[in-house]
Amino acid sequence: MAKVVKTRAWAVLGAVALVLAVGGPASPKVEGDTIILGAAVSLTGKYSTNGKNTQDGYELGVKRINEMGGVRVGGKYYKIKVIYYDDESTPARGAQLAERLINQDGVKFMLGPYSSGLTKAIAPVTEKYRIPMVEGNGADRALFTQGYKYMFAVLSTSDQYLREAMNLAAEQAQKQGKDPKTLKVAMAFENDPFSMDVRDGVLEDVKRLGMKIVIDDKLPPEINDMAATLTKVKAVKPDILVVSGHARGATMAVRQVSDMKVDVPMLAVTHCDSAKVAETLGKAAEYALCASQWDRSLSYKDRWFGMAEEYAKVFEKEFRYDPPYQAAESTAALLVFVDAFERAGSFDIEKVREAIAATDLMTFYGPVKFDATGKNIAKPMVLYQVQDGKYKVVAPTKWAAAKLIHPIPPWSKR
Amino acid sequence: MLFFLLMVDNLFLLFNAPILSAQLLVDGILIGAIFALAAYGMALVWGVMDIINIAQGEFVMLGGYVTFFLAAAGVHPLYTVPAAAAALYILGWALYRTVVFRVVDKDMFISILATFGISIVLQQLANELFEADVRTAESGLGSLFFADGLIVVSQIKVVAFICALVLGATLFLFLKHSRLGRAIRATAQNARAARIMGVNTDRVFATTFALNAAICGAAGSLVVMTWLVHPYLGLAYTLRAFMIVTVAGLGNMASVVFASLGLGAAENFAGFLLGTEYQAAFVFSLLVAILVWRNALLSRQRKYLK
Repeated sequence: MAKVVKTRAWAVLGAVALVLAVGGPASPKVEGDTIILGAAVSLTGKYSTNGKNTQDGYELGVKRINEMGGVRVGGKYYKIKVIYYDDESTPARGAQLAERLINQDGVKFMLGPYSSGLTKAIAPVTEKYRIPMVEGNGADRALFTQGYKYMFAVLSTSDQYLREAMNLAAEQAQKQGKDPKTLKVAMAFENDPFSMDVRDGVLEDVKRLGMKIVIDDKLPPEINDMAATLTKVKAVKPDILVVSGHARGATMAVRQVSDMKVDVPMLAVTHCDSAKVAETLGKAAEYALCASQWDRSLSYKDRWFGMAEEYAKVFEKEFRYDPPYQAAESTAALLVFVDAFERAGSFDIEKVREAIAATDLMTFYGPVKFDATGKNIAKPMVLYQVQDGKYKVVAPTKWAAAKLIHPIPPWSKR
Repeated sequence: MLFFLLMVDNLFLLFNAPILSAQLLVDGILIGAIFALAAYGMALVWGVMDIINIAQGEFVMLGGYVTFFLAAAGVHPLYTVPAAAAALYILGWALYRTVVFRVVDKDMFISILATFGISIVLQQLANELFEADVRTAESGLGSLFFADGLIVVSQIKVVAFICALVLGATLFLFLKHSRLGRAIRATAQNARAARIMGVNTDRVFATTFALNAAICGAAGSLVVMTWLVHPYLGLAYTLRAFMIVTVAGLGNMASVVFASLGLGAAENFAGFLLGTEYQAAFVFSLLVAILVWRNALLSRQRKYLK
């Protein structure tokens, strides 16, 4: 028995030595005609659902590119392959795996993990080794204040979530011949980093548009009731009520606005699609505006998948579920790499980084263009409105499939 | 600065539209009634078994899930209140027989640790089994309008309030007049003497703990119809119940009710005037103030042996 164990230990040591000897090439990892990318994704743990969405998104992109012949770099076509590791939804493990991908597997181009937390753990590693990373699932604003040079994000940052709603309110006011400066804004945000980011974005737009804040409530994380805030809303009659507090905040706001018959011309919330308000709360959810990163009904189009709807169909066929935006933004991250490889004309890390930084690309997921901090400044957030129990895209107006119903009819007339 | 301006604005609002105070008061009292249920149960267990049950909020949460799943299966949510109570009664009984009986006559810290452990296990189990999603159940009831629609009260809150009162009254009568109720009270007064008189205190403890779980289950069922449930909902109810019992004392069920309703209303006014972020802070400051005041009152009495 002891002998068996000993032999096994030697075998492991041998394998490690082999990996160390082979691993860590200085040039980009290209095996034959295949370029290798790496990603740590959450396949187990609390993010396992969205982690799988992320991986499926990457895989669909890889499959489509390879079917189309691959990426053309320097007159030659290369296939794409992604090495995945399971980060178990823990940041420390994510950072370890990033080190492993870079040092042992020799990966020189990284795709992002799922969630802001994991991205925050991995970005310092890719930055240290000067490895370009394009991510689609880390929206925290703090990611873009660190001066990272090798990280790029295709999704809109969290401060963008409800900005489109403020623009929409101003647009509607002008349509009715009112000055947007006369608009009164009521805000209720959960006191957590995400919602505070959302609040910062709204505040900037309120200032830019010259609107007036009449309520600025911060909901404590343990709160289960918004009656006090909504009583105030009834009293001051704002023109727009914005709420952010993940799925719980969305459910609470929609339910209590209806229960207390609060009349407000515009109600905008985040996460009401993940809270499934239209499905679970029925009529109470009608006319609510919901912020989202992407939707399949948008008229964005690219040369790989065609329209957003066509992407969604291919995805459904491959994985047998409706693609959530987490999958779409992951595919988009891969497309950014493909586009950059082709423009750089080589797999030289610095040239590819420069090409990514200069990206000006239209994808099925939306336009992609990075600012100096690496965030995508071209893609607006999408606003749904719940109409007849369905989520219909109403903004941005240019890409929208449905028309906004504004103002929301009072409860007495519903 | 902005904070004070908004606060002054809010105060003016109340003066200009006194009807708003009525809305706040009504809402606060109705919220308070739900907390009263959790507090009843806690006072009962605390008084009879000398155990502070930290898992109180988790019982509320689980009661909510019972209603949610039955409603999803097609049962009208209002009829699931007794089912939630029954399910939680069984769970409470099982928990007593497996864990709680071991800590009943031990030091209070040990029982706090034990129930704290139970609360974590229930929370994580709920997260694993039911997922972290936010759930609601639709009672299908509308709203009541008063004063030209200026005061709106959702009917489900009224139902919850009435349920809370009925449950409270039933509990009171049960403790006062039934045989088991008398045994429970006797055990609360002096467990050892009760045992000598032939009371099966072990059974009394088990019933008390299960009864508490059942009350919380009913409360949870009302919570999911009025607001929402998710696996991490519990702490708010545990804390609130603890606070109410601390203010009201253990002996008197009526004072538990009044403390709950009063705190509910105070909380709502604080949320309106100071903004919701100071709502909880205000209520807990109030608790400190009440305790200090009561302590001062007590210290003025001269105590001596007769």
